[in-house]
Amino acid sequence: MSLSEREFWTVIHGLVLGTLFLLAFAGGIAGLWSLRPALVTPAGVHERLRRLNVGVWTMAAVAWATVITGTYIVYPWYREAAESSPRSQLLANSDTALWHTFGMEWKEHVAWMAPILATAVAFIVTYYGERLIHQERMRRLAMALFTSAFLAAAVAGLFGAFINKAAPIR
Amino acid sequence: MGHSESSSSQAAPLEASRASEGDKPNGPPLAALMAAAVGTFVLGAITTLAEVSEGLKDWLVFREPVGPLSGKTTLATGVWLVAWVVLGLAWRGKELDTRKVLITSVVLIVLGVIGTYPTFFEQFAPE
Repeated sequence: MSLSEREFWTVIHGLVLGTLFLLAFAGGIAGLWSLRPALVTPAGVHERLRRLNVGVWTMAAVAWATVITGTYIVYPWYREAAESSPRSQLLANSDTALWHTFGMEWKEHVAWMAPILATAVAFIVTYYGERLIHQERMRRLAMALFTSAFLAAAVAGLFGAFINKAAPIR
Repeated sequence: MGHSESSSSQAAPLEASRASEGDKPNGPPLAALMAAAVGTFVLGAITTLAEVSEGLKDWLVFREPVGPLSGKTTLATGVWLVAWVVLGLAWRGKELDTRKVLITSVVLIVLGVIGTYPTFFEQFAPE
């Protein structure tokens, strides 16, 4: 029942923050989807917006925390020059090299789009506030951006999980 | 039946509140969208350019343990923030053509994603 420092940060980066991200996305997208006059009572709008604001800003904050811990704490261990590093192990075998040359190479870059896009959504939700319920185009735009942020994070998360399975950081 | 009556009676006050509050200009949210698109585009562009130029790739090593990724992400984040401030000030209080900004943003985001796609940027790597 013990984790090394490296395993601990890998869990924080991929599992803890990843789970929070998924929860925040689910809440945020459901909130945006149902934010329509026909579905929300006047009394419910205020309460719904409060939860939506928490959801979208949480997703943005978690996305930033995920990419920063991933890039500046976990990634240096992954790419160490030592033969025992995950990157070296993957590249040493032609059967696993693609996990690095395609999976990691895409993951490490595309992941940074998630917090940028999620922050834009959070701003839009906060800017319009209760008026967002009447801004159909902006609501749809926010949903599209929010989903794009999620997809970018999903690519990164899935590759991260598989790569850590093929060559764990220890 | 009861639900339907309830919904229509509750929707009416929402319409009234809209009229009394007035709509906010769409400049600031579109500035946020466009800045995000610029940030993602810059990330993709730098990723591809770093494959073209070994000198640029070396320069992008802002932190040795992280390698060029540190420079790529720092620059993209910096450009995103600067673009947001500049566009936010320029478009403050303005009503813009949503369609034009939206199309431009989608093009920039798609180009940004393509720029980060390994199969694409590896085409520019030296043999």
